[in-house]
Amino acid sequence: MSETGSHNDMAEPEEHLPATHGAHGTEAAVPGDPFANPGHPEHEFRRQDIDEKAAKHSERVVAGLFTLSMLGTLAFITSFVIFPVDKYIYVFPLGHVSALNFSLGLSLAVALIGIGAGAVHWARTLMSDEEMPDDRHRADADDELRANIEAQWVQGAKESAFGRRKLIRTTMLGALTLVPLSAVVILRDMGPLPQDKLRHTAWAKGKALINPNTNKPLRPEDIPVGSLTFAQPEGLNEEDEDFQQQIAKAALMVVRLKPEDIKDKKELDWSHQGIVAFSKICTHVGCPVSLYEQQTHHVLCPCHQSTFDLSDGARVIFGPAGHRLPQLRISVNGEGNLVAMSDFEVPVGPAFWERG
Amino acid sequence: MSTSTETSTTTRRGPKHPGQRVAEWTDSRVGLYKLGKSNLRKIFPDHWSFMLGEVCLYSFTILILTGVYLTLFFHPSMNEVVYNGPYAPLQGVRMSDAYASTMHISFEVRGGLLIRQIHHWSALIFIAGMIVHMMRVFFTGAFRKPRELNWLFGWTLLFIGMFEGFTGYSLPDDLLSGTGVRFTEGAILSTPIIGTYLSMFLFGGEFPGHNFVPIFYSAHILLLPGIMAALLVTHLILVFYHKHTQFPGAGKTEKNVVGMPFFPIYTAKAGGFFFLVFGVIAAIAAIATINPIWTMGPYRPDQVSTGAQPDWYMGFSEGLIRVMPGWEINAWGHTLVLGVFIPLMIFPLVLAAIAVYPFIESWVTGDKGEHHLLDRPRNRPVRTGFGVAWLTLYFTLLIGGGNDLWATHFHLSIETITWSVRVGFFVLPTLAYFATKRICLGLQRRDRDKVLHGRETGIIKRLPHGEFIEVHEPLDQEQLHVLTAHPQPQPLEIGPEVDENGVERKVNPVTKVRARLSRNFYGEHSQIPKPTVEEYDEITSGHGHH
Repeated sequence: MSETGSHNDMAEPEEHLPATHGAHGTEAAVPGDPFANPGHPEHEFRRQDIDEKAAKHSERVVAGLFTLSMLGTLAFITSFVIFPVDKYIYVFPLGHVSALNFSLGLSLAVALIGIGAGAVHWARTLMSDEEMPDDRHRADADDELRANIEAQWVQGAKESAFGRRKLIRTTMLGALTLVPLSAVVILRDMGPLPQDKLRHTAWAKGKALINPNTNKPLRPEDIPVGSLTFAQPEGLNEEDEDFQQQIAKAALMVVRLKPEDIKDKKELDWSHQGIVAFSKICTHVGCPVSLYEQQTHHVLCPCHQSTFDLSDGARVIFGPAGHRLPQLRISVNGEGNLVAMSDFEVPVGPAFWERG
Repeated sequence: MSTSTETSTTTRRGPKHPGQRVAEWTDSRVGLYKLGKSNLRKIFPDHWSFMLGEVCLYSFTILILTGVYLTLFFHPSMNEVVYNGPYAPLQGVRMSDAYASTMHISFEVRGGLLIRQIHHWSALIFIAGMIVHMMRVFFTGAFRKPRELNWLFGWTLLFIGMFEGFTGYSLPDDLLSGTGVRFTEGAILSTPIIGTYLSMFLFGGEFPGHNFVPIFYSAHILLLPGIMAALLVTHLILVFYHKHTQFPGAGKTEKNVVGMPFFPIYTAKAGGFFFLVFGVIAAIAAIATINPIWTMGPYRPDQVSTGAQPDWYMGFSEGLIRVMPGWEINAWGHTLVLGVFIPLMIFPLVLAAIAVYPFIESWVTGDKGEHHLLDRPRNRPVRTGFGVAWLTLYFTLLIGGGNDLWATHFHLSIETITWSVRVGFFVLPTLAYFATKRICLGLQRRDRDKVLHGRETGIIKRLPHGEFIEVHEPLDQEQLHVLTAHPQPQPLEIGPEVDENGVERKVNPVTKVRARLSRNFYGEHSQIPKPTVEEYDEITSGHGHH
């Protein structure tokens, strides 16, 4: 295309035009193939290779970096000794930080970076930077080696008598496949069988709803309309050995709605004067649900944003949960405390294969 | 063969350097010199992207070093204690010994908090490094023969590394990580038939039990790092054995490797880089808090905080679990929890898709040769398009994993974000694939134009007869070579369906699929033909116009 004429004319330097061939390193043009590999380029020397003063300067820089590293280590040890573990200082723009963490970390950083920068600078400025080629060799065996291996294998196989003795083969296979079963079987006691554990919680008929903050039973007059509170079954103690396992199923969420706002009939039946109790354990994968919207009666699980409508049987209205929160039927007992009428009707928490 | 009366010193003059004596002592016991023969001056090529794998190696080493330190102070026990340490807000609170010992490390062991921070930050960088390194290898085609196995080992390191991180950050038994463990238990429960059994066995009974911290500890400090160390050593041995790949350039061919020797250049550069990575991580640990478990409190299954997120590398599985609709199939007394089980299954499949792609590509191309020169991504539009599509899927899910934070920080509707990710899961990777492929083809066209017409200089020249033209600078030999060095395979041919007697040939349906894919990869819509020498000569000789 060359609208500027043939390339030979470019030999005369026109002031503002860029250079032509050979600008970026050598080209050994292969006649007939303009795309051929031009071959290994000529070595370009660094300043340090030809100027001893520059090399000496680089040497001092490397030495300086290594020295800086040593100072960093000294600073690390000093910080460790002089700062108490509970000292806090204000560092702009980080704010209040642990003096020890800040000083140990930065001095360690200086100590390490000093070594790294020194080594890299030494390699790049003073070590030989001559690029050289090395041949690659095929990864696999050549014909001679392959024949050799095949011969060794055939000889060894013949000597093993494996091929001739069919009985050995089958029974060996049997023995080797069977023996790993012992490893599987011996893991049996890692845990109990599920049986019906997931179907029952600590709730039962007559058990009072206990406020976990006060350890006192909840009474209707303590719960205003629009509020959210939590409850656990009477008899559960934080110091019990299985407390965590029990609360993981029995944690309860108690809200009070105006009875006329409750849309689901069964929910209304199971409530007491608009006070409804639902399992706090999300039916998605088990996080505690707790973000209650007072006006909409929606409750959101903070993990994956499953949203349940507590005015409509806690059905799922958004998010990845698969079914509604189980409700606990409640009433008041003779002393005026809120009590459960039975355990949950369905298993709480995430769904599982045998759930039904 | 030397006898007992002869020693090798009789052939040398002068006293030996102590280092040399140690080397010779070792050599006569383990054959060290044979190992050194091919490796001491082994050539490694130079490119910044080759340092990504080093970042992974060094952060893994830092994890081992800081991890050992932490094992000296951490108590992997779920026995409950009452806190009476210096952190006032938690005094008197019941917590597991695991949590209490982590508090002890953070507030009473001098330097303990720093080591915790370095350990956690290194883990985040390790996994990020592995993904970036994996994508570099992917986009440059460095996974091709003979490196397919190394690709698989590397992928396995990434996969196991994610679980190594998960078990690690769950050890302190704090409220946030415990919530993550609860999620894991719920996901295990969703497994059909065996879910409840798996859950009971892993937790030693009902959740949370007293088992999972010790079990995670054993996996985290012994089982998983053991496997990873073995894989890592194999991974490095293979890199040494195959020699590193290199980009095309002057003097570089498929049959050589051009660069600088391991000793002393790369010993210094790579060794120095370890210290640089370690130092930078230490600086980050000094100024940026990570995993402040004291603000979260100990784990209780009935408590949670908002803004709950796993560590970043679990973010894409978090996205899957959040956007999947809650489908459950209830039949014959059993429940198939598709809403949780499908994300559980897709999570490894997303990763597996990138793992198997190299094998699909080699099947489609039928290419059985060794490759040591790297591809420029633009010259492999289908592969590059697939890689970008995969990354798009990954990041779409990552956004889904933080849908609540996007909503609260940017005042957006969470329902909109969730639906966008649901749709984007399918649409965005597809769009990304096609857009990327077109961009690659455009870049190929530009390369072709550059070869044939030279580089546009932006300098306008007015010719004597008044016409304005832009001056093009011809490329030099090396540039011409680099822009035309890539091989351009042709699609596989099945051959005529009907032979000369009119008899139909039976073609295996698998072969037909392979041929169609091959057309997709290498047909005329998927690569721009390289300029030929004839075209180049014709244009540069000045005959004809444009």
